[in-house]
Amino acid sequence: MSSMSANLVALHTVARREIVRIVRIWTQTLIPPAITMTLYFVIFGKLIGSRIGSIAGGFSYMQYLVPGLVMMSIINNSYMNISSSFFGAKFQRSVEEMLVAPMADWVILLGYVIGAVARGLVVGALVLLIALFFTSLHVAHPLITLASVVLGATIFALAGFVNAIYAKKFDDIALVPTFVLAPLTYLGGVFYSIKMLSEPWQGISRINPILYMVNALRFGVLGISDVPVGMAFVVMLVFVIALSILALQLLRRGVGLRS
Amino acid sequence: MTSVPALVVDNLRKTYGNGVEALKGISLTVQPGDFFALLGPNGAGKSTLIGILSSLVNSTGGDARVFGMSVNRQRSEAMRLIGLVPQEINFNQFEKPFDICVNEAGFYGIPRRIAAQRAEKYLKELRLWDKAFHPAREMSGGMKRRLMIARAMMNEPRLLILDEPTAGVDIEIRRSMWQFVSAINAAGTTVILTTHYLEEAESLCRNIAIIDHGTIVENTSMKRLLATLDVETFILDVPAAPAGLPQLPGIALRRTDEHTLEVEMARSQDLNTLFAALSTHGIAVTSMRNKTNRLEELFVRLVEGTRQEPAQEKVA
Repeated sequence: MSSMSANLVALHTVARREIVRIVRIWTQTLIPPAITMTLYFVIFGKLIGSRIGSIAGGFSYMQYLVPGLVMMSIINNSYMNISSSFFGAKFQRSVEEMLVAPMADWVILLGYVIGAVARGLVVGALVLLIALFFTSLHVAHPLITLASVVLGATIFALAGFVNAIYAKKFDDIALVPTFVLAPLTYLGGVFYSIKMLSEPWQGISRINPILYMVNALRFGVLGISDVPVGMAFVVMLVFVIALSILALQLLRRGVGLRS
Repeated sequence: MTSVPALVVDNLRKTYGNGVEALKGISLTVQPGDFFALLGPNGAGKSTLIGILSSLVNSTGGDARVFGMSVNRQRSEAMRLIGLVPQEINFNQFEKPFDICVNEAGFYGIPRRIAAQRAEKYLKELRLWDKAFHPAREMSGGMKRRLMIARAMMNEPRLLILDEPTAGVDIEIRRSMWQFVSAINAAGTTVILTTHYLEEAESLCRNIAIIDHGTIVENTSMKRLLATLDVETFILDVPAAPAGLPQLPGIALRRTDEHTLEVEMARSQDLNTLFAALSTHGIAVTSMRNKTNRLEELFVRLVEGTRQEPAQEKVA
Protein backbone atom coordinates (compact mmCIF):
# COMPACT_ATOMS: atom_id res chain seq x y z
CA MET A 1 0.00 0.00 0.00
CA SER A 2 1.43 3.38 -0.98
CA SER A 3 2.08 6.04 1.60
CA MET A 4 -0.60 8.31 0.11
CA SER A 5 -3.34 5.68 0.08
CA ALA A 6 -2.40 4.70 3.66
CA ASN A 7 -2.65 8.37 4.65
CA LEU A 8 -6.06 8.64 2.98
CA VAL A 9 -7.33 5.63 4.95
CA ALA A 10 -5.95 7.26 8.12
CA LEU A 11 -7.60 10.58 7.21
CA HIS A 12 -10.94 8.84 6.72
CA THR A 13 -10.47 7.15 10.10
CA VAL A 14 -9.68 10.36 12.01
CA ALA A 15 -12.51 12.34 10.37
CA ARG A 16 -15.00 9.52 10.80
CA ARG A 17 -14.07 9.13 14.47
CA GLU A 18 -14.62 12.85 15.00
CA ILE A 19 -18.01 12.81 13.31
CA VAL A 20 -19.07 9.70 15.25
CA ARG A 21 -18.11 11.55 18.44
CA ILE A 22 -20.28 14.55 17.48
CA VAL A 23 -23.26 12.28 16.82
CA ARG A 24 -22.61 10.17 19.95
CA ILE A 25 -22.84 13.23 22.21
CA TRP A 26 -25.38 15.15 20.11
CA THR A 27 -27.12 16.49 23.22
CA GLN A 28 -23.90 18.36 24.04
CA THR A 29 -22.75 19.20 20.53
CA LEU A 30 -25.89 20.08 18.56
CA ILE A 31 -28.76 20.95 20.89
CA PRO A 32 -27.28 23.65 23.21
CA PRO A 33 -26.19 25.99 20.37
CA ALA A 34 -29.60 25.61 18.73
CA ILE A 35 -31.32 26.60 21.99
CA THR A 36 -28.96 29.56 22.56
CA MET A 37 -29.53 30.89 19.07
CA THR A 38 -33.30 30.49 19.36
CA LEU A 39 -33.11 32.77 22.42
CA TYR A 40 -31.06 35.29 20.43
CA PHE A 41 -33.69 35.28 17.68
CA VAL A 42 -36.56 35.67 20.14
CA ILE A 43 -34.95 38.40 22.27
CA PHE A 44 -32.80 40.39 19.85
CA GLY A 45 -34.55 39.62 16.58
CA LYS A 46 -38.20 39.55 17.58
CA LEU A 47 -38.66 41.57 20.77
CA ILE A 48 -35.98 44.26 20.37
CA GLY A 49 -35.59 44.00 16.61
CA SER A 50 -39.25 44.85 15.94
CA ARG A 51 -38.61 48.29 17.50
CA ILE A 52 -35.36 48.86 15.56
CA GLY A 53 -36.68 48.57 12.06
CA SER A 54 -34.17 48.36 9.19
CA ILE A 55 -30.39 48.75 9.68
CA ALA A 56 -29.14 48.39 6.12
CA GLY A 57 -30.29 47.47 2.62
CA GLY A 58 -33.98 47.62 3.54
CA PHE A 59 -33.80 44.32 5.46
CA SER A 60 -35.56 43.87 8.80
CA TYR A 61 -33.32 43.64 11.85
CA MET A 62 -34.20 39.96 12.16
CA GLN A 63 -33.08 39.35 8.55
CA TYR A 64 -29.91 41.36 9.15
CA LEU A 65 -29.17 39.34 12.29
CA VAL A 66 -29.51 35.87 10.73
CA PRO A 67 -26.15 35.66 8.82
CA GLY A 68 -24.30 37.05 11.84
CA LEU A 69 -25.80 34.55 14.25
CA VAL A 70 -25.28 31.68 11.81
CA MET A 71 -21.59 32.60 11.44
CA MET A 72 -21.29 33.07 15.21
CA SER A 73 -22.64 29.56 15.84
CA ILE A 74 -20.40 28.08 13.15
CA ILE A 75 -17.18 29.57 14.45
CA ASN A 76 -18.01 28.89 18.11
CA ASN A 77 -18.91 25.25 17.49
CA SER A 78 -16.06 24.59 15.13
CA TYR A 79 -13.63 26.02 17.67
CA MET A 80 -15.11 24.27 20.68
CA ASN A 81 -15.34 20.93 18.90
CA ILE A 82 -11.71 20.71 17.94
CA SER A 83 -10.29 22.24 21.11
CA SER A 84 -12.24 19.96 23.44
CA SER A 85 -11.82 16.85 21.28
CA PHE A 86 -8.08 17.22 20.68
CA PHE A 87 -7.35 18.35 24.22
CA GLY A 88 -9.49 15.46 25.49
CA ALA A 89 -7.35 13.10 23.41
CA LYS A 90 -4.23 14.67 24.93
CA PHE A 91 -5.68 14.46 28.42
CA GLN A 92 -6.66 10.78 28.05
CA ARG A 93 -3.42 10.17 26.16
CA SER A 94 -5.40 8.55 23.34
CA VAL A 95 -3.64 11.05 21.06
CA GLU A 96 -0.67 8.66 21.37
CA GLU A 97 -2.58 6.21 19.17
CA MET A 98 -2.09 8.66 16.32
CA LEU A 99 1.38 9.84 17.30
CA VAL A 100 2.88 6.33 17.22
CA ALA A 101 1.16 5.49 13.93
CA PRO A 102 2.93 6.04 10.61
CA MET A 103 0.45 8.70 9.49
CA ALA A 104 1.59 12.17 8.38
CA ASP A 105 0.99 15.23 10.54
CA TRP A 106 -1.32 16.80 7.95
CA VAL A 107 -3.60 13.78 8.26
CA ILE A 108 -4.11 14.36 11.99
CA LEU A 109 -4.74 18.08 11.43
CA LEU A 110 -7.06 17.68 8.45
CA GLY A 111 -9.01 14.85 10.10
CA TYR A 112 -9.75 16.97 13.15
CA VAL A 113 -10.52 20.04 11.00
CA ILE A 114 -13.02 18.04 8.93
CA GLY A 115 -14.78 16.96 12.14
CA ALA A 116 -14.88 20.51 13.49
CA VAL A 117 -16.08 22.01 10.21
CA ALA A 118 -18.77 19.32 10.00
CA ARG A 119 -20.08 20.26 13.44
CA GLY A 120 -19.90 23.98 12.63
CA LEU A 121 -21.88 23.47 9.41
CA VAL A 122 -24.51 21.21 10.98
CA VAL A 123 -25.06 23.70 13.81
CA GLY A 124 -25.11 26.56 11.27
CA ALA A 125 -27.75 24.71 9.23
CA LEU A 126 -29.83 24.13 12.39
CA VAL A 127 -29.63 27.81 13.30
CA LEU A 128 -30.62 28.79 9.77
CA LEU A 129 -33.56 26.39 9.98
CA ILE A 130 -34.66 27.95 13.29
CA ALA A 131 -34.30 31.42 11.76
CA LEU A 132 -36.82 30.48 9.09
CA PHE A 133 -39.46 30.18 11.83
CA PHE A 134 -38.97 33.89 12.53
CA THR A 135 -38.31 35.42 9.13
CA SER A 136 -38.09 34.66 5.42
CA LEU A 137 -34.76 34.60 3.59
CA HIS A 138 -33.64 34.36 -0.01
CA VAL A 139 -29.98 33.41 -0.42
CA ALA A 140 -28.50 36.00 -2.80
CA HIS A 141 -25.19 34.24 -3.65
CA PRO A 142 -25.21 30.51 -2.78
CA LEU A 143 -21.55 29.87 -3.67
CA ILE A 144 -20.30 32.83 -1.63
CA THR A 145 -22.53 31.67 1.23
CA LEU A 146 -21.05 28.17 1.09
CA ALA A 147 -17.45 29.37 0.72
CA SER A 148 -17.75 31.82 3.60
CA VAL A 149 -19.18 29.28 6.06
CA VAL A 150 -16.58 26.66 5.12
CA LEU A 151 -13.71 29.14 5.42
CA GLY A 152 -15.05 30.61 8.69
CA ALA A 153 -15.42 27.15 10.21
CA THR A 154 -11.94 26.14 8.97
CA ILE A 155 -10.23 29.21 10.44
CA PHE A 156 -11.68 28.59 13.88
CA ALA A 157 -11.07 24.86 13.67
CA LEU A 158 -7.39 25.60 13.05
CA ALA A 159 -7.31 28.19 15.85
CA GLY A 160 -8.98 25.71 18.22
CA PHE A 161 -6.42 23.06 17.27
CA VAL A 162 -3.53 25.42 18.08
CA ASN A 163 -5.22 26.29 21.39
CA ALA A 164 -5.57 22.56 22.24
CA ILE A 165 -1.91 21.91 21.42
CA TYR A 166 -0.75 24.57 23.87
CA ALA A 167 -3.39 23.80 26.53
CA LYS A 168 -2.17 22.04 29.65
CA LYS A 169 -5.50 21.89 31.47
CA PHE A 170 -9.18 22.16 30.57
CA ASP A 171 -9.26 25.78 31.80
CA ASP A 172 -6.81 26.68 29.04
CA ILE A 173 -9.30 25.75 26.32
CA ALA A 174 -12.05 27.79 27.99
CA LEU A 175 -9.94 30.95 28.31
CA VAL A 176 -9.68 31.77 24.61
CA PRO A 177 -13.44 31.48 23.85
CA THR A 178 -14.25 33.60 26.89
CA PHE A 179 -11.65 36.32 26.63
CA VAL A 180 -10.89 36.42 22.90
CA LEU A 181 -13.54 34.73 20.82
CA ALA A 182 -16.65 36.15 22.53
CA PRO A 183 -15.51 39.83 22.50
CA LEU A 184 -14.31 39.58 18.89
CA THR A 185 -17.60 37.97 17.84
CA TYR A 186 -19.79 40.53 19.59
CA LEU A 187 -17.68 43.37 18.16
CA GLY A 188 -17.46 41.73 14.71
CA GLY A 189 -20.66 43.13 13.24
CA VAL A 190 -22.93 40.25 14.22
CA PHE A 191 -25.55 42.54 15.73
CA TYR A 192 -24.85 45.83 13.94
CA SER A 193 -23.30 47.46 10.92
CA ILE A 194 -19.91 49.04 11.61
CA LYS A 195 -21.15 51.97 9.49
CA MET A 196 -23.16 52.88 12.58
CA LEU A 197 -19.86 53.47 14.43
CA SER A 198 -17.86 56.67 14.35
CA GLU A 199 -14.10 56.78 13.81
CA PRO A 200 -11.82 55.51 15.26
CA TRP A 201 -14.14 52.58 16.21
CA GLN A 202 -14.96 51.84 12.58
CA GLY A 203 -11.23 51.60 11.78
CA ILE A 204 -10.54 49.50 14.86
CA SER A 205 -13.38 47.15 13.90
CA ARG A 206 -11.63 46.51 10.57
CA ILE A 207 -8.74 44.72 12.30
CA ASN A 208 -11.17 42.14 13.71
CA PRO A 209 -11.05 39.05 11.45
CA ILE A 210 -14.55 37.99 12.47
CA LEU A 211 -15.92 41.13 10.81
CA TYR A 212 -14.81 39.77 7.43
CA MET A 213 -16.35 36.35 8.02
CA VAL A 214 -19.68 37.76 9.16
CA ASN A 215 -19.83 40.20 6.26
CA ALA A 216 -18.81 37.61 3.68
CA LEU A 217 -21.74 35.47 4.82
CA ARG A 218 -24.05 38.48 5.02
CA PHE A 219 -23.15 39.30 1.43
CA GLY A 220 -23.77 35.70 0.42
CA VAL A 221 -27.21 35.61 2.06
CA LEU A 222 -28.45 39.22 1.79
CA GLY A 223 -26.17 40.76 -0.83
CA ILE A 224 -24.93 43.52 1.53
CA SER A 225 -21.62 43.92 3.34
CA ASP A 226 -19.67 46.48 5.40
CA VAL A 227 -16.40 45.41 3.73
CA PRO A 228 -15.47 44.51 0.14
CA VAL A 229 -16.26 40.83 -0.31
CA GLY A 230 -13.02 40.17 -2.22
CA MET A 231 -11.04 41.54 0.68
CA ALA A 232 -13.08 39.41 3.12
CA PHE A 233 -12.08 36.26 1.22
CA VAL A 234 -8.42 37.34 1.02
CA VAL A 235 -8.38 37.89 4.80
CA MET A 236 -10.00 34.49 5.41
CA LEU A 237 -7.59 32.68 3.07
CA VAL A 238 -4.58 34.36 4.70
CA PHE A 239 -5.81 33.16 8.10
CA VAL A 240 -6.37 29.61 6.82
CA ILE A 241 -2.87 29.43 5.34
CA ALA A 242 -1.12 31.05 8.33
CA LEU A 243 -2.91 28.92 10.92
CA SER A 244 -2.37 25.73 8.87
CA ILE A 245 1.37 26.41 8.70
CA LEU A 246 1.48 27.15 12.43
CA ALA A 247 -0.50 24.02 13.38
CA LEU A 248 1.66 21.79 11.15
CA GLN A 249 4.85 23.29 12.58
CA LEU A 250 3.62 22.62 16.11
CA LEU A 251 2.75 19.04 15.19
CA ARG A 252 6.10 18.50 13.49
CA ARG A 253 7.98 19.79 16.52
CA GLY A 254 5.70 17.79 18.81
CA VAL A 255 4.92 20.83 20.96
CA GLY A 256 2.76 19.71 23.88
CA LEU A 257 2.64 16.20 22.41
CA ARG A 258 6.09 14.62 22.34
CA SER A 259 8.78 14.96 25.04
CA MET B 1 22.62 -15.73 5.57
CA THR B 2 22.60 -12.76 7.94
CA SER B 3 19.27 -11.29 8.91
CA VAL B 4 18.66 -7.63 9.72
CA PRO B 5 18.38 -7.16 13.50
CA ALA B 6 14.89 -6.43 14.79
CA LEU B 7 16.29 -3.51 16.73
CA VAL B 8 19.62 -1.73 16.83
CA VAL B 9 19.95 1.02 19.41
CA ASP B 10 23.06 3.03 18.64
CA ASN B 11 24.51 5.43 21.23
CA LEU B 12 21.03 6.76 22.03
CA ARG B 13 20.85 9.83 24.24
CA LYS B 14 18.06 11.80 25.79
CA THR B 15 18.37 14.87 27.95
CA TYR B 16 15.04 16.41 28.93
CA GLY B 17 14.42 20.16 28.98
CA ASN B 18 14.86 20.23 32.76
CA GLY B 19 18.41 18.90 32.37
CA VAL B 20 17.67 15.31 33.41
CA GLU B 21 19.87 12.96 31.39
CA ALA B 22 17.57 9.96 31.00
CA LEU B 23 19.71 8.04 28.50
CA LYS B 24 23.49 8.42 28.44
CA GLY B 25 24.36 6.92 25.08
CA ILE B 26 23.00 3.38 25.25
CA SER B 27 23.51 0.72 22.60
CA LEU B 28 21.96 -2.69 22.24
CA THR B 29 20.82 -5.13 19.58
CA VAL B 30 17.76 -7.37 19.52
CA GLN B 31 17.72 -10.21 17.02
CA PRO B 32 14.61 -11.10 15.02
CA GLY B 33 12.33 -13.57 16.78
CA ASP B 34 13.83 -12.84 20.19
CA PHE B 35 11.86 -12.49 23.40
CA PHE B 36 13.91 -9.75 25.00
CA ALA B 37 13.67 -8.44 28.56
CA LEU B 38 14.46 -4.79 29.25
CA LEU B 39 14.68 -4.42 32.99
CA GLY B 40 15.57 -1.64 35.35
CA PRO B 41 14.31 0.15 38.42
CA ASN B 42 11.79 2.99 38.19
CA GLY B 43 13.34 6.04 36.55
CA ALA B 44 16.16 4.02 34.98
CA GLY B 45 15.35 5.13 31.43
CA LYS B 46 13.27 2.18 30.14
CA SER B 47 10.19 4.23 29.33
CA THR B 48 12.30 6.95 27.71
CA LEU B 49 13.90 4.31 25.48
CA ILE B 50 10.49 2.88 24.57
CA GLY B 51 9.20 6.42 24.02
CA ILE B 52 12.00 7.09 21.53
CA LEU B 53 11.43 3.77 19.75
CA SER B 54 7.72 4.58 19.37
CA SER B 55 8.46 8.23 18.43
CA LEU B 56 6.67 9.70 21.47
CA VAL B 57 9.98 11.03 22.77
CA ASN B 58 12.53 12.88 20.63
CA SER B 59 16.09 11.67 21.17
CA THR B 60 18.88 14.20 21.64
CA GLY B 61 21.56 11.99 20.12
CA GLY B 62 22.17 8.65 18.44
CA ASP B 63 19.62 6.61 16.53
CA ALA B 64 17.57 3.43 16.66
CA ARG B 65 16.80 1.19 13.69
CA VAL B 66 13.81 -1.15 13.54
CA PHE B 67 14.51 -3.90 11.00
CA GLY B 68 16.96 -1.46 9.38
CA MET B 69 14.56 1.53 9.39
CA SER B 70 15.82 4.58 11.24
CA VAL B 71 13.38 5.94 13.82
CA ASN B 72 14.82 9.43 13.17
CA ARG B 73 14.99 9.46 9.38
CA GLN B 74 12.40 6.84 8.30
CA ARG B 75 9.82 7.35 11.04
CA SER B 76 6.77 6.14 9.09
CA GLU B 77 8.50 2.99 7.82
CA ALA B 78 9.84 2.19 11.29
CA MET B 79 6.49 2.83 13.01
CA ARG B 80 4.72 0.53 10.55
CA LEU B 81 6.80 -2.35 11.99
CA ILE B 82 6.16 -1.65 15.67
CA GLY B 83 3.25 -2.50 17.94
CA LEU B 84 3.26 -0.73 21.31
CA VAL B 85 1.53 -1.73 24.52
CA PRO B 86 2.19 1.24 26.80
CA GLN B 87 2.42 1.29 30.56
CA GLU B 88 -0.57 3.62 31.04
CA ILE B 89 -4.07 3.10 29.68
CA ASN B 90 -4.16 5.38 26.64
CA PHE B 91 -7.33 4.73 24.70
CA ASN B 92 -10.53 6.75 24.69
CA GLN B 93 -12.53 5.05 27.43
CA PHE B 94 -15.82 6.25 25.93
CA GLU B 95 -15.21 4.28 22.75
CA LYS B 96 -15.97 0.61 22.26
CA PRO B 97 -13.10 -1.93 22.07
CA PHE B 98 -14.08 -2.93 18.53
CA ASP B 99 -13.96 0.72 17.39
CA ILE B 100 -10.68 1.32 19.25
CA CYS B 101 -9.08 -1.59 17.37
CA VAL B 102 -10.57 -0.73 13.98
CA ASN B 103 -9.55 2.93 14.31
CA GLU B 104 -6.04 1.91 15.33
CA ALA B 105 -5.76 -0.15 12.15
CA GLY B 106 -7.07 2.83 10.19
CA PHE B 107 -4.28 5.01 11.56
CA TYR B 108 -1.87 2.49 10.03
CA GLY B 109 -3.64 2.74 6.67
CA ILE B 110 -5.34 -0.66 6.93
CA PRO B 111 -8.69 -0.67 5.10
CA ARG B 112 -11.78 -0.93 7.29
CA ARG B 113 -12.87 -4.37 6.05
CA ILE B 114 -9.54 -5.97 6.94
CA ALA B 115 -9.41 -3.98 10.17
CA ALA B 116 -12.81 -5.34 11.24
CA GLN B 117 -11.65 -8.93 10.59
CA ARG B 118 -8.47 -8.40 12.60
CA ALA B 119 -10.33 -6.70 15.44
CA GLU B 120 -12.65 -9.70 15.74
CA LYS B 121 -9.71 -12.13 15.58
CA TYR B 122 -7.59 -10.46 18.26
CA LEU B 123 -10.46 -9.51 20.56
CA LYS B 124 -11.56 -13.16 20.46
CA GLU B 125 -8.03 -14.44 21.05
CA LEU B 126 -7.70 -12.15 24.05
CA ARG B 127 -11.15 -13.17 25.31
CA LEU B 128 -12.67 -9.70 24.94
CA TRP B 129 -15.20 -10.34 22.20
CA ASP B 130 -18.17 -10.29 24.58
CA LYS B 131 -17.13 -6.75 25.58
CA ALA B 132 -16.35 -5.59 22.04
CA PHE B 133 -19.42 -3.39 21.66
CA HIS B 134 -19.64 -1.93 25.17
CA PRO B 135 -17.84 1.28 26.22
CA ALA B 136 -14.27 0.47 27.21
CA ARG B 137 -14.64 2.29 30.54
CA GLU B 138 -16.91 -0.56 31.72
CA MET B 139 -14.06 -3.08 31.48
CA SER B 140 -11.86 -4.24 34.37
CA GLY B 141 -8.19 -3.24 34.61
CA GLY B 142 -7.04 -6.62 33.26
CA MET B 143 -9.41 -6.36 30.31
CA LYS B 144 -8.14 -2.87 29.49
CA ARG B 145 -4.57 -4.21 29.44
CA ARG B 146 -5.60 -7.05 27.12
CA LEU B 147 -7.40 -4.53 24.91
CA MET B 148 -4.12 -2.63 24.53
CA ILE B 149 -2.45 -5.85 23.40
CA ALA B 150 -5.24 -6.49 20.88
CA ARG B 151 -4.91 -2.89 19.66
CA ALA B 152 -1.12 -3.25 19.30
CA MET B 153 -1.66 -6.35 17.12
CA MET B 154 -3.90 -4.54 14.61
CA ASN B 155 -0.99 -3.65 12.31
CA GLU B 156 0.45 -7.17 12.83
CA PRO B 157 3.81 -5.75 13.92
CA ARG B 158 7.17 -7.46 13.46
CA LEU B 159 8.33 -5.92 16.75
CA LEU B 160 5.95 -5.90 19.71
CA ILE B 161 6.99 -3.71 22.64
CA LEU B 162 5.26 -4.38 25.95
CA ASP B 163 5.88 -1.80 28.66
CA GLU B 164 4.88 -3.37 31.97
CA PRO B 165 1.77 -4.96 30.47
CA THR B 166 0.88 -7.03 33.54
CA ALA B 167 1.10 -4.31 36.19
CA GLY B 168 -1.83 -4.78 38.56
CA VAL B 169 -3.21 -7.77 36.66
CA ASP B 170 -4.28 -10.94 38.50
CA ILE B 171 -2.39 -14.20 38.01
CA GLU B 172 -4.94 -15.91 35.80
CA ILE B 173 -5.20 -13.03 33.36
CA ARG B 174 -1.43 -12.58 33.44
CA ARG B 175 -0.96 -16.23 32.43
CA SER B 176 -3.45 -15.95 29.60
CA MET B 177 -1.69 -12.79 28.38
CA TRP B 178 1.66 -14.58 28.38
CA GLN B 179 0.18 -17.54 26.52
CA PHE B 180 -0.99 -15.16 23.83
CA VAL B 181 2.29 -13.23 23.63
CA SER B 182 4.35 -16.45 23.65
CA ALA B 183 2.28 -17.75 20.74
CA ILE B 184 2.81 -14.48 18.85
CA ASN B 185 6.55 -14.77 19.53
CA ALA B 186 6.60 -18.42 18.43
CA ALA B 187 4.95 -17.32 15.19
CA GLY B 188 7.91 -14.99 14.52
CA THR B 189 7.13 -11.64 16.13
CA THR B 190 10.05 -10.18 18.08
CA VAL B 191 8.97 -9.18 21.58
CA ILE B 192 10.58 -6.65 23.91
CA LEU B 193 9.22 -6.75 27.44
CA THR B 194 9.70 -4.49 30.42
CA THR B 195 8.29 -5.76 33.69
CA HIS B 196 8.82 -5.56 37.42
CA TYR B 197 7.71 -9.20 37.78
CA LEU B 198 11.13 -10.71 37.29
CA GLU B 199 9.90 -14.28 37.35
CA GLU B 200 7.99 -13.40 34.16
CA ALA B 201 11.16 -12.15 32.50
CA GLU B 202 13.09 -15.23 33.67
CA SER B 203 10.56 -17.70 32.35
CA LEU B 204 9.71 -15.94 29.09
CA CYS B 205 12.77 -14.09 27.82
CA ARG B 206 15.83 -15.48 26.08
CA ASN B 207 17.95 -12.32 26.24
CA ILE B 208 18.08 -9.47 28.66
CA ALA B 209 19.36 -5.94 29.12
CA ILE B 210 19.38 -4.22 32.48
CA ILE B 211 19.32 -0.46 32.39
CA ASP B 212 20.01 1.86 35.30
CA HIS B 213 20.69 5.58 35.48
CA GLY B 214 20.44 5.78 31.70
CA THR B 215 23.16 3.21 30.99
CA ILE B 216 23.10 -0.48 30.18
CA VAL B 217 24.60 -2.33 33.14
CA GLU B 218 24.09 -5.83 31.70
CA ASN B 219 23.23 -7.14 28.24
CA THR B 220 23.48 -10.88 27.73
CA SER B 221 21.47 -14.07 27.36
CA MET B 222 19.21 -15.06 30.23
CA LYS B 223 21.02 -18.39 30.61
CA ARG B 224 24.43 -16.74 30.81
CA LEU B 225 23.22 -14.18 33.30
CA LEU B 226 21.62 -16.76 35.56
CA ALA B 227 24.76 -18.87 35.38
CA THR B 228 26.69 -16.02 37.02
CA LEU B 229 24.58 -16.41 40.13
CA ASP B 230 26.94 -18.39 42.37
CA VAL B 231 24.96 -18.30 45.60
CA GLU B 232 21.42 -19.42 46.28
CA THR B 233 19.23 -18.91 49.31
CA PHE B 234 16.70 -21.50 50.43
CA ILE B 235 13.93 -21.40 52.99
CA LEU B 236 13.49 -24.65 54.95
CA ASP B 237 10.30 -25.37 56.85
CA VAL B 238 10.98 -27.48 59.95
CA PRO B 239 8.70 -28.76 62.73
CA ALA B 240 10.91 -27.14 65.38
CA ALA B 241 13.98 -25.04 64.70
CA PRO B 242 16.57 -25.47 67.46
CA ALA B 243 18.40 -22.46 68.86
CA GLY B 244 21.83 -24.05 68.30
CA LEU B 245 22.42 -24.83 64.62
CA PRO B 246 25.23 -26.91 63.14
CA GLN B 247 28.22 -25.03 61.71
CA LEU B 248 28.83 -26.20 58.13
CA PRO B 249 31.76 -25.05 56.00
CA GLY B 250 30.62 -22.73 53.16
CA ILE B 251 26.99 -22.83 54.27
CA ALA B 252 25.35 -20.02 56.24
CA LEU B 253 22.46 -21.40 58.27
CA ARG B 254 20.15 -19.01 60.14
CA ARG B 255 17.02 -19.49 62.23
CA THR B 256 14.37 -16.96 61.20
CA ASP B 257 11.59 -18.26 63.49
CA GLU B 258 10.72 -21.44 65.38
CA HIS B 259 9.56 -23.23 62.21
CA THR B 260 11.86 -21.72 59.60
CA LEU B 261 15.53 -21.87 58.69
CA GLU B 262 17.31 -19.86 55.98
CA VAL B 263 20.27 -21.35 54.15
CA GLU B 264 22.70 -19.49 51.90
CA MET B 265 25.09 -21.72 49.98
CA ALA B 266 27.18 -21.81 46.84
CA ARG B 267 25.44 -23.30 43.82
CA SER B 268 28.38 -25.67 43.40
CA GLN B 269 27.78 -27.19 46.83
CA ASP B 270 25.96 -30.45 47.30
CA LEU B 271 22.55 -30.22 48.96
CA ASN B 272 23.08 -33.71 50.37
CA THR B 273 25.81 -32.33 52.68
CA LEU B 274 23.27 -29.89 54.12
CA PHE B 275 20.54 -32.49 54.60
CA ALA B 276 22.97 -35.00 56.12
CA ALA B 277 24.17 -32.42 58.66
CA LEU B 278 20.61 -31.40 59.52
CA SER B 279 19.59 -35.03 59.90
CA THR B 280 22.57 -35.70 62.23
CA HIS B 281 21.34 -32.86 64.47
CA GLY B 282 17.83 -34.30 64.46
CA ILE B 283 16.34 -31.50 62.32
CA ALA B 284 13.71 -32.80 59.91
CA VAL B 285 12.89 -30.70 56.83
CA THR B 286 9.23 -30.78 55.79
CA SER B 287 9.54 -28.50 52.76
CA MET B 288 12.02 -26.30 50.93
CA ARG B 289 11.84 -23.37 48.46
CA ASN B 290 14.01 -20.67 46.90
CA LYS B 291 13.96 -17.48 48.95
CA THR B 292 13.75 -15.21 45.90
CA ASN B 293 13.56 -15.50 42.23
CA ARG B 294 17.07 -16.01 40.86
CA LEU B 295 16.84 -13.15 38.40
CA GLU B 296 15.60 -10.87 41.15
CA GLU B 297 18.71 -11.60 43.17
CA LEU B 298 20.96 -10.76 40.23
CA PHE B 299 18.94 -7.69 39.36
CA VAL B 300 19.28 -6.29 42.87
CA ARG B 301 23.03 -6.93 42.88
CA LEU B 302 23.57 -5.29 39.50
CA VAL B 303 21.48 -2.25 40.27
CA GLU B 304 22.87 -1.84 43.77
CA GLY B 305 26.35 -2.23 42.31
CA THR B 306 25.86 0.73 39.98
CA ARG B 307 24.50 2.82 42.84
CA GLN B 308 27.55 2.16 45.02
CA GLU B 309 30.12 2.92 42.33
CA PRO B 310 29.60 6.70 42.14
CA ALA B 311 29.73 6.91 45.97
CA GLN B 312 33.07 5.09 46.01
CA GLU B 313 34.42 7.42 43.35
CA LYS B 314 33.40 10.39 45.47
CA VAL B 315 35.21 9.03 48.52
CA ALA B 316 38.33 8.38 46.46
